[in-house]
Formats: sequence, C-alpha cells, structure tokens
Amino acid sequence: MRALASRHPGWTIVILLAVAALIWLIFAIWPKGLVDVIGRKKVFLNALFNGITLGGLYFLVASGFTLIFGLMRNVNLAHGSLYLLGGYIGYFVASSTGYWLLAFPVAFVLVAAVGVLMQIFIFRRMEGQDLRQTLVTIGISIVMADLMLWGVGGDFYNITPPSWLSGPMETLLVTGVKRSSGDLIYLKYPVVRVVIFLASVVIGIAMWLILNRTQIGMMIRAGVDDRDMLSATGARIQLVFVGVFAFGAGLAGIAGVVGGTFQSVAPGEDIRFLLASLVVVIVGGMGSITGAALGALLIGLAEQFGSVYFPTYAVVLTFLIMVLVLAFRPQGLMGRS
Amino acid sequence: MALAETNSTRRTHNAQERVWFERIPASYWVVGIVLLIMPAFASDFALYQVFGWTFILGMISLSLMFLGGYGGMVSLVQMSIAGLAGYMVAIFGDSAITDISMGWPWYVAIPLALIVAMFFGTIVGSLAVRTEGIYTIMITLAVAAAFFYFTRQNYVVFNGFSGFNGVLPPDLFGVDWRQSKPFYYLTLFWATVAYFSVLYISRAPFGLALQGVRDNPRRMAALGYSVNAHRIAAYAFAALIAGTGGILLTWQSAQISPGTAGIGPAIDILVIAVIGGMSRPIGPFIGAFIYVLLKTFAIDVLLSVGLSGERFQLLIGLGFLAIVFFSPDGLLGLWDRWQEYRKRDPLLDRREDMR
Repeated sequence: MRALASRHPGWTIVILLAVAALIWLIFAIWPKGLVDVIGRKKVFLNALFNGITLGGLYFLVASGFTLIFGLMRNVNLAHGSLYLLGGYIGYFVASSTGYWLLAFPVAFVLVAAVGVLMQIFIFRRMEGQDLRQTLVTIGISIVMADLMLWGVGGDFYNITPPSWLSGPMETLLVTGVKRSSGDLIYLKYPVVRVVIFLASVVIGIAMWLILNRTQIGMMIRAGVDDRDMLSATGARIQLVFVGVFAFGAGLAGIAGVVGGTFQSVAPGEDIRFLLASLVVVIVGGMGSITGAALGALLIGLAEQFGSVYFPTYAVVLTFLIMVLVLAFRPQGLMGRS
Repeated sequence: MALAETNSTRRTHNAQERVWFERIPASYWVVGIVLLIMPAFASDFALYQVFGWTFILGMISLSLMFLGGYGGMVSLVQMSIAGLAGYMVAIFGDSAITDISMGWPWYVAIPLALIVAMFFGTIVGSLAVRTEGIYTIMITLAVAAAFFYFTRQNYVVFNGFSGFNGVLPPDLFGVDWRQSKPFYYLTLFWATVAYFSVLYISRAPFGLALQGVRDNPRRMAALGYSVNAHRIAAYAFAALIAGTGGILLTWQSAQISPGTAGIGPAIDILVIAVIGGMSRPIGPFIGAFIYVLLKTFAIDVLLSVGLSGERFQLLIGLGFLAIVFFSPDGLLGLWDRWQEYRKRDPLLDRREDMR
C-alpha cells in the first residue's frame, strides 16, 4: 500500500476518493438532487449487491477454469458444459430427495468424476499440445450440450432453496426515509444470495490458503511455474493434474447448483457461463486465483450496473472492459507478464 | 555418359518448352472441368443449397485456414467478420427494412461493406496479436460473442433480433443471381478467386514471411521483420475473404440476423477448417462439403437408424472429436499419410523415391 502510494501518488488519491465516494453512496441517505440524476438508492444498492453476489457465482466457475489453465495450459472450453451438468444433477438431486444441501456434494463428486475421466482418457494422451486439447474441448462441449438436450430437454429448471433460506432479510442499510412518518426504510435482500456469496468467499479463501500454505498447494504452484522441473524433482505430477482437474470440474458443478438456485438451468447457459469465465479470466489474469476473484467481481458489477443504468448494452459493457484490459494490460490485471 | 547428358538436357529443355496449361497438374483439370459442367447434371437444390453453400462456408473457413495454417493464429472471429460484411451490404444497399437501408447502388455498397469488414478484421487482429496461441482462440471467441450480443441488442443500425431480410444481389448483366445456376457460378467464381489468391500469397514474399513468423517469431524479428505488422496484415487479408463469403451468404438466404454470426456458427467455421485440414487451402472446401452434406442429409440418416433428426449436433461433434483424435491435420492429413504409405516399399520399409 505504501509502495503504491509512493510510486503512483495521483492514482492512490483517485482510488481513495472513489472508495470514499462508494462508502458514502452506500451508507448515506441520498439527497433529492442525486436521486433525480441517477435514480433511487434502492435500485443502486440492489444492483451493487446483485453484482457482488453474481461475482461470487462467476468466481466459482472461473476459479476452476483458471486453475486448470494455470497448471495444465489446457483451455477447457467444455467448462461451461460441466457447469450445466452440475446444474442438472443438482436439480434432480434436490427435487427428488428434497435436500437442497445434498445437491452440492453430489454435483461436486459426479462432475469431478467426469473431469477425472476427461483428464485420464483424453487430455493425458495429448499433453503439451495446447491447440489440440482446446479443439477437443470444443468437440466435447458440442457433444455434451446435445446429449444433455437429448436427455433433459429444453425446459428451464429452477432449483428451489429450502424454506429457511428463502425470502428476504433485513439489512442495516438505509434506502430512504418514509415521507409520512419519517421512519427509515431498510433494504431487504434475499437470504439465499447472501449465504451463497459468503460460501463462495469461504471457498475462495480456502483455495488461497491451500495454494499458499500447504504442501499440495506448493506442488501446484511449482507446477504452474515449471511443470517439467516439478516432475523432475519426483513429484507425481500426473496425480496432481488429475486432482486439480477434478477439483476445478467439481467447482464448476457446484457453481451449476448455485446458478440453478440464483437463476435457472437451461440449454445455452453453458455457453453463457463459458464466456463469462473466459472474460473473467482474461480480465483477471490467466492462472491467478486472486485475479479470478477481482475479475469476477468487476464483471458481475459491470453486468448488473449495466443492466440497470444502460439496459440495451449491458452485455457489451463486459466485453468492453475485456477489450480495454487487453489493450492496456494484455496479461490481465493480476497476471504476470 | 554423353548419352545420359543429352538425355537430361533434353528433359530440362522439354520442361521449359511446355506451354503454361501443360504445367497445371491433372487433378486441377479434372476438378475444374467437373465443377464447370456440374450444372448440366446436378439438380437445382444440389447447385444452390449444397454447392453454393459449400463454396461460401469454404471461403469463410479458408480465411480461418489462412490465419491458422500460415499464420499460426486460430481466430474464431471470421464468422463475425463475414456477418458484418453481410450486415453492411444490407445497410448500405437494399433490403426490406427501408428505414435503415440506404439503398445505395451496388458498386458503392459492396466495396464499402468489404472495407468496413477489413477495418473490423484489422482492429480485432491488432487486439488479438497482443496475445499468442490458445489465448487468441479465447479472445476471438469473446469478440465473436460480443458482436453477436451487440447486433442482437442494437436496433438503430443492426435492427436487433430480426436483422434484415430481402437482401438481394444486384441485377447485374440482366441475370437473376439468386437462380440456382447463376448463383452456383457466382459462388464458384469467388471461391476460385479466393482459393488461388490464398495459394498465390502463400508463395509470395509476404506469405513466406508470415510462415516464418508462425514458425519462429523471435528469429523473424531478429531478421528485421515486423512480427505484429505481418500478423495484422494477415488478419486484414483474411477479413477480405471472409467478408466476400459473408456477402454471398447473405445473398443466398436473402437475410442476415444475429443468429447468422452467433457463437455456434463461429465454432462451426473452426470445425469445418479442422475437419478438412489446415495445411493447404483446399482443406476448408473439403471440410465445408462434408459439413454441408451432413447438415443437409443427416436428418434422413438419423431417422433411418431410429434417432430423431435433431441429433445433428451430436453427429458433428463426434465426427469432429474423431478427426481431432486420430488425425489432427484433418482429412488432408489422412490423405497425405495414405500417399506416404502407398509410396513405401513394403520390403525395405522406406519410400521408393528416396532411392
């Protein structure tokens, strides 16, 4: 922080001012002039919270993607299909057993198993051939999308959260003042989104801790830097590969359940989330978990604020961010050049 | 000794004396003549839907093959460039959406459309060359998606979800170019032009430098070649081919909409190029022919084995997987390996012409 301040004093002031303005926007009661210019505070707060929670979902999808890419140089374009598969598995588990929580471990294990099969039977055979692996993942995504359409049909499925998670909760944030009585109006926000966001934060922190504080994490980081050297030191690199692929695929499966609860599971969502994780990873930086978190937050916020304040071009906004990042920092915000 | 010498000099003399058309390989003659007399025995449906579409998809795919095969850059944005050119023809020229279409004559609208497509291709190229290898795929895929969403949302210029219909080719020389025979020759002509221009460029200094950049960018930079300029120029040239294909595609269906240049079609172009093979310019046309045959007749085949006709994507996906698995350089690679195998002496286990 101090190093940043001494190197770029101008930017530090701009960032601090922006943070201060954001804190004021969140906590203050908006004066009438501001409401006239950018709309009601409730809309703003909802967009902010939706953006942050959507960022949590994007992080779940993109972190697996970036982990697999970072270690194995494998652009897994079937990642969106794994997400969709997780969503369908979650829906059928949750609706047949009635336990929403059970959907997560089942989706994780089954999708991770698919990931293990893909790694062992397909990617291991073409190690080091980046382009060929990518082409294979495109083929797999085409086949999986059609198989799922065949098996499940084109309907929309919604995973309903249990009763103790449904409904809104009161937050401490003031959205306005009642004109009649002068009471403060507090923001209400769906519990399930908050819980899921907290869970994704926990998963993110756990991943960071595993990567930076444990032996396995050390091996993975070493593999990201130089996998030939790692295998030369006697680490069982194929085992690490399979493990990381399984974990990344499993995360995509969990994200599918989360996405099915937030929104819905349907054909086409695979492409949507594949693109989202592509953009997140390009913006955040390849192979970096913190980059994925930052990129996911940025893209989630851009998408939600975009859909509130410039509805027609909300999707284009996220791609604009990507183009800007590419033009000025091609390795991504947190990537190493 | 002297006899051998005269023999060999006579042979070289002969090679020089051969007239230009004698130097064209026999296979070119056969394919060319078959393609030229095709309308005599093929049905209108085959000419318009099968061959017309093959040539168009082949051209768009050829632009990807040029970038991928000679430049080492696999770009998924070629379909968007084609779509943009189609949109521009609809916007500058005539369409059923008279509010937006400007109705300019074809000799203004078509060059303008191609210039816009080349401009777009150059911009995307200059973004994409900042990264390498698999990153290029990711970035161009994202740009293709952005193009799709933008055209779907924008109603002022691109007319949103429904796009443009009634985009017809001009009535040049008093011919209705959407009749099957004229359209067949139109697409055949432009596909041939595109094929030979790619072949020519691949042997011209620019193409050789581009292949050098593909194989070893650092060495080419050390030799004084601007690596990025060559790559961006390749994107611009590929955009010209893709744009021409896009205009023909728009004329073929008389409409252009966001779905024409969506993510699925963008990936289909890659599938076509990979199935055919990216080592030579003929590959994309072979791939396109197979793709079009599958797309046209797969329904009948699938129905006959008791599956629903909707499983076309599954068939394409599995075929694509099989090709990538067993022959990464596509059908051309299979052909090359078969040729190699045929030339091999089974007893000595080496090629005959190596004696």
